[in-house]
Amino acid sequence: MASVTIIEFGGTEHEVEIEAGKSLMQIAVDNSIPGIDADCGGACACGTCHVIVSSEWFAKTGSTSDEEDMMLGMTPERADTSRLACQIEASEALDGLVVQLPEFQM
Amino acid sequence: MSLKSTAMNITAPVIPAHWQIRAVHRFLKIKNTLFKGPYVPTFVESPLPEVDTLAIEDIDVSSPFLFRQKKWQSYFKRLRDECPVHYQKNSPFGPFWSITRYDDIVFVDKHHDLFSAEPIITLGRTPEGLEIETFIAMDPPKHDEQRKAVQNVVAPKNLKEMEGLIRQRTREVLDELPVGQPFDWVKTVSIELTARMLATLLDFPYELRHKLVYWSDVSTASPETTGGRVDSDEIFAAAADAGKHFVKLWHDKAAQKAAGQEAGFDLISLMQVNEETKDMVKRPMEFMGNLTLLIVGGNDTTRNSMTGGVLALNQFPDEFTKLKENPALIPNMVSEIIRWQTPLAYMRRIAKQDVELNGKTIKKGDKVVMWYASGNRDERNIDQPDTFMIDRKGARNHLSFGFGVHRCMGNRLAELQLRILWEELLQRFDDIEVLSEPECVQSNFVRGYSKMMVQLTAKK
Repeated sequence: MASVTIIEFGGTEHEVEIEAGKSLMQIAVDNSIPGIDADCGGACACGTCHVIVSSEWFAKTGSTSDEEDMMLGMTPERADTSRLACQIEASEALDGLVVQLPEFQM
Repeated sequence: MSLKSTAMNITAPVIPAHWQIRAVHRFLKIKNTLFKGPYVPTFVESPLPEVDTLAIEDIDVSSPFLFRQKKWQSYFKRLRDECPVHYQKNSPFGPFWSITRYDDIVFVDKHHDLFSAEPIITLGRTPEGLEIETFIAMDPPKHDEQRKAVQNVVAPKNLKEMEGLIRQRTREVLDELPVGQPFDWVKTVSIELTARMLATLLDFPYELRHKLVYWSDVSTASPETTGGRVDSDEIFAAAADAGKHFVKLWHDKAAQKAAGQEAGFDLISLMQVNEETKDMVKRPMEFMGNLTLLIVGGNDTTRNSMTGGVLALNQFPDEFTKLKENPALIPNMVSEIIRWQTPLAYMRRIAKQDVELNGKTIKKGDKVVMWYASGNRDERNIDQPDTFMIDRKGARNHLSFGFGVHRCMGNRLAELQLRILWEELLQRFDDIEVLSEPECVQSNFVRGYSKMMVQLTAKK
């Protein structure tokens, strides 16, 4: 099974199965991962599905749109490899992806 | 920036802000006696017609009595069903578009490139002479700079430090409440708690905290802005008083900092250490704008959700039972309260170019109002939207905080305050009975309560 690992701020790891075509946010929500709020339901409009991608995986998660960049700009916890999980489309190619959750969602 | 604003910035070092505000007020009084001033609508309440008696083009949701007369649900439902992007050409606030469905509201809110938040986010304009500058009514990139400079005051990291203090202040208020006798929940709990919170965020003199509430109430309540009842003389007097106190607070904080005291986590201390905002006191309209935004943002909103939650649980008593049986539902209920109440009815934009939306063409320069209160009751996105369900699935997906770059900066503080309030209430009381219909404020913007009599039953 292809999977991604989501690590909560406290260090708790969750390995979840990839469902190709869904967003990483949706997969996290479907698996009830704490720390992803997804207030706008995937419209790239709230910034509450912020994840920090491990640097070796960052390029493979796709490009950050201007709109996403602006929403990320609003969180003080932004890191170089920050993404909004609703803007990452899951596929088999992301098998083994590791993302960290920030301490807070905005 | 306006000529007046520039003049105020130049004279700020020598003329105190409250003198400047008074001078503008005197000048306008003389000018408007000699020449005709801008139109200010007057509002006299009479019963609004039932919506099904109106032609669609005659529906005017800008009435400041729509919420108070409980007509808002039927009016907005008709617009959502028959004319979701609706043009009203003759309102007291001029012509405007109403966006009433959830998905369309998200579209407008997200597209700051198509819809500008400038110069103000209310249906009507600010009173002449009081055109304050505030980042809720600025577009990127200036919006982003200003917001970043102050957002840390209500950022989750700061809140973590403050949770204990918020809980302590909530307990103090609740421990003094009378049990078994009627009292006004709005005044005694909702206003008191938000006043204490604002004083804390600003490190404002605690004994003067009710001034913050008053300034905030007045600032959104002029007829030409929201259909409210406060005239411009009162607003100018309040603005001058606020200016005087805020400038003094700024200089007090600067003096403490110069004397080597450690900077606090209050708003002004944060502004004084940020490169973009450290001289803001020299730009009075911007300085006043930011402070006004913070006190309005932290006042009407949370206050009315504190009252609205009690009202909702009285209208849906089974939910109160459910809550007492399972207090772990509090965080979810907090989101549901914020949806159900939607304390601010809308945000306004101006189209920057022609935009096609849901079959209509919004022209460049048109006023566009995103009715969050309607979108939060949109049957297309929300299951049984008029029902208050504390365990609602997806309760967080409401519109009350807005979406996009202007999303509410204090959302986490609001949720924290409401969560703590309900945690502490459940430990003390078995029932909070609403004794009579609450009194609602006159406004098309603030969906608020001025009075709600309740009676408490102590926990056995």
